[in-house]
Amino acid sequence: MPSALPDGEPVPADGALPASALAGAADRPLGFYLHVPYCATRCGYCDFNTYTATELRGTGGVLASRDNYADTLVDEVRLARKVLGDDPREVRTVFVGGGTPTLLAADDLVRMLRAVREEFGLAPDAEITTEANPESVDPAYLAALREGGFNRISFGMQSAKQHVLRILDRTHTPGRPEACVAEARAAGFDHVNLDLIYGTPGESDDDWRASLDAALGAGPDHVSAYALIVEEGTRLAWRIRRGEVPMTDDDVHADRYLIAEETLSAAGYDWYEVSNWATSDAGRCLHNELYWRGADWWGAGPGAHSHVGGVRWWNVKHPGAYAAALAAGKSPGAGREILRDEDRRVERILLELRLREGVPLSLLREAGLAASRRALTEGLLEEGPYGEGRAVLTLRGRLLADAVVRDLVD
Amino acid sequence: MPAIPSHVPEPSRTDPALIRNFCIIAHIDHGKSTLADRMLQLTGVVEQRQMRAQYLDRMDIERERGITIKSQAVRLPWAPTHDKSSTHILNMIDTPGHVDFTYEVSRSLAACEGTILLVDAAQGIEAQTLANLYLAMENDLTIIPVLNKIDLPAAQPEKFAEELANLVGCDPDDVLKVSAKTGLGVDALLDKVVAEIPAPVGVKDAPARAMIFDSVYDSYRGVVTYVRVIDGQLNKRERIRMMSTGATHELLEIGTNSPEMLSADGLGVGEVGYLITGVKDVRQSKVGDTVTSQHKGAEDALGGYKDPRPMVFSGLYPLDGSDYPELREALDKLQLNDAALVYEPETSAALGFGFRVGFLGLLHLDVIRERLEREFGLDLIATAPNVVYRVVMEDGTEHTVTNPSEFPEGKINEVYEPVVRATILAPTEFIGSIMELCQTRRGTLLGMDYLSEDRVEIRYTLPLAEIVFDFFDQLKSKTRGYASLDYEPTGEQTSSLVKVDILLHGDKVDAFSAITHKDAAYAYGVRLVAKLRELIPRQAFEVPIQAAVGSRVIARETIRAIRKDVLAKCYGGDISRKRKLLEKQKEGKKRMKMVGSVEVPQEAFIAVLSSDDSAGSAKGKK
Repeated sequence: MPSALPDGEPVPADGALPASALAGAADRPLGFYLHVPYCATRCGYCDFNTYTATELRGTGGVLASRDNYADTLVDEVRLARKVLGDDPREVRTVFVGGGTPTLLAADDLVRMLRAVREEFGLAPDAEITTEANPESVDPAYLAALREGGFNRISFGMQSAKQHVLRILDRTHTPGRPEACVAEARAAGFDHVNLDLIYGTPGESDDDWRASLDAALGAGPDHVSAYALIVEEGTRLAWRIRRGEVPMTDDDVHADRYLIAEETLSAAGYDWYEVSNWATSDAGRCLHNELYWRGADWWGAGPGAHSHVGGVRWWNVKHPGAYAAALAAGKSPGAGREILRDEDRRVERILLELRLREGVPLSLLREAGLAASRRALTEGLLEEGPYGEGRAVLTLRGRLLADAVVRDLVD
Repeated sequence: MPAIPSHVPEPSRTDPALIRNFCIIAHIDHGKSTLADRMLQLTGVVEQRQMRAQYLDRMDIERERGITIKSQAVRLPWAPTHDKSSTHILNMIDTPGHVDFTYEVSRSLAACEGTILLVDAAQGIEAQTLANLYLAMENDLTIIPVLNKIDLPAAQPEKFAEELANLVGCDPDDVLKVSAKTGLGVDALLDKVVAEIPAPVGVKDAPARAMIFDSVYDSYRGVVTYVRVIDGQLNKRERIRMMSTGATHELLEIGTNSPEMLSADGLGVGEVGYLITGVKDVRQSKVGDTVTSQHKGAEDALGGYKDPRPMVFSGLYPLDGSDYPELREALDKLQLNDAALVYEPETSAALGFGFRVGFLGLLHLDVIRERLEREFGLDLIATAPNVVYRVVMEDGTEHTVTNPSEFPEGKINEVYEPVVRATILAPTEFIGSIMELCQTRRGTLLGMDYLSEDRVEIRYTLPLAEIVFDFFDQLKSKTRGYASLDYEPTGEQTSSLVKVDILLHGDKVDAFSAITHKDAAYAYGVRLVAKLRELIPRQAFEVPIQAAVGSRVIARETIRAIRKDVLAKCYGGDISRKRKLLEKQKEGKKRMKMVGSVEVPQEAFIAVLSSDDSAGSAKGKK
């Protein structure tokens, strides 16, 4: 079952934003997230807003299907244009995620991107990413994407080990993601990411090393490595509760993280966010950095979240309800929150502390500063940057980032 | 229909020869309140339509638990069936029914010439009833044995009449059989009260001497003092003197209860009634004290007065530190009506500001805590109850320890702990397990008597500290609920007692210190340390938990340092959720108490300290 949406106030029917949200917009980069809520099968650990049915019906009989999905999403991009009015910004990043975007025809993805280009224009150096499932792409598909304007691609590899993939319900065969990297390079993609998951029940330290080695062998310029989160309501959570599958201890997660850091940095990948490594600054995912640095982004698609100038909102989750709202010419927004200054300060701390550049100490209040000094003596913050007025996590600190945040926001 | 007698003698003008003062000794649930209700009805003081069940019990908690804490007195006119023309005055004095209130019971008994021994015909006599019966015998009271609930199918009147006859020393046929519920036999019982209980004897022309047997705070009228006049007469509007303190008060009102308060001109020899002086605090009107006239008053007080002495102490702390002023106010209010409740402010490094509160016993503790929570809406942590220790040092100095953390360091010569004489009544099949339990609780067998073929009375000397700690629960579970317990303090003994400290990351946690027998220290230490390891979350550093006696560590566990506390993913759709989670975690952190550098959840304190186990035993004594 997909995770629940937050509580918030209602979004106006036309999706209008308060004037405050658009003030000073020109100084902030703008990105687009395009959500594709379809998967061929649901993975046991996944709590994302995704559906395996190809056709879903909304209120008034509006049909939301995989086939007409791109058109519906384009409607929201057009709505975004109206809501942002005469905002002159070109779009810096577009990120198509899911779900499984590559379940749609390559032309659908290209059509969605084209709508963004038509309505807003793309910056010359815009980063255009799509997530891709190793099983649902081939060289022709990749070439079509590249030709349509995509220049970055992210494959869900998760593990090189069959028994680990099986626990995760991933259907691809080991070796296929690595092959995808080569195909993407051949198609002309400069930037390729592999997503990995560690700490899956049944995975050993050596399995994890093997996965890292396999990923690095394929030569992506970016690697994301995530500790497996067992989300409430997923099939995996249920299997663990029933004792079918063991729960992974936090200490094992810590060990695996250290293995990842050691292996990746030895291979020339530097961390720039707690779970992300890149071979160079150019290899970083600019779109994700928009999230972490409080920039503006419009999330289009069922359940997608947006943020513009301190206003955060989220769409209805069901593709049928989503399609019905847009068909009626209304915003699909389900709720929103207008962040207070303190909320924004707290968000900055909790997001920026995850980054290699860290948090400026000037964001901290007295109690937070005192806590930061304790964190420094405990070896959770780096000495050098601290002297220059920034709180930057050490390796041990990265593993305890949430605990540090709790103290720093005081 | 109740027979309402004619020519009812009035207060202050009642011939002592017509007065009968009596009380009812009964176990909880054996039907005392129902019998009292029936008597009110039969004598016509309460009309049928005003009747509500258990008229005499005032407080909600008492009503709910079916127990009586505060005693009262009711003046009942009764013309015996054989002579309707001679209306007598029956003063029924309600006695508290619980082990903690032995002293109050003894004062109620001292106000009477006779008592009804009321026993459930299906259950037989219980330990507390037996203890009170002995108390009545010591006071030379005339005993009228009565079996109640004879209408119940499970009643065994012959068997228990035999038991009562053995105890009282009468013929089984003399045991009256009634049903308070249906009223069967109650008029005969009233006749027997008139016929068998002696009239009070006092000196009419002597200076007034009245004994206080109860004292109740009423928010409208102030303290209402219940007295039994022994000699002389108290008159309205005179000034009276409390002989223990010498304090004098104006008598604003004097009267009797039937059962509402009715003012009168005065109270004469042998009469029972109430006084109102306008004082606001029951401690100014102490149970057992003697009241006399200020002018030409008595020289010698009546005997038997004792100051109430708290036997069990517990620290009460508000869960939310900001409730401290409310807790103080609530205790102040409860004390108005409870001379035995003592407390003083106490600070715990772990629990913050609270009070060390002294109680007569576990039921008293439980009732007070429940009233604080229910009537005053307070959430409390009560530390495990402990008794009072007397510690004599080698240099001869002496310490009174009401809180384990005050246990002195240094060279100790002797430690004294209070002991009680415990009486346990149970079916004979449980003798073995009861003796085993008492043995492990450092008991000394005093004696054993068979009440009947299958019921036995076992007497032990036990340290009070052992009873305070889940003894009653154990007793009940080892006897499938059949055993009943009574105990009375009998003094103190020296024992090999030590203080066990708990150290978290090297810091002593005062709230977890306990005084135990040296042989039990290891088990206590191991148990507590293991429990804390479960309850305290992992911290950023390794936290050793130790139990120590002095500087000697007797148990140790380690909470491993937490190594991972970070969510792997935080993207656009996660941010709101993450911020809200952070807010929730901050709230949770606020509920943590810092012990040195260790964050300890409130729940850990509650789980470890909560006297729920022992409070449960008090609750069990219904």
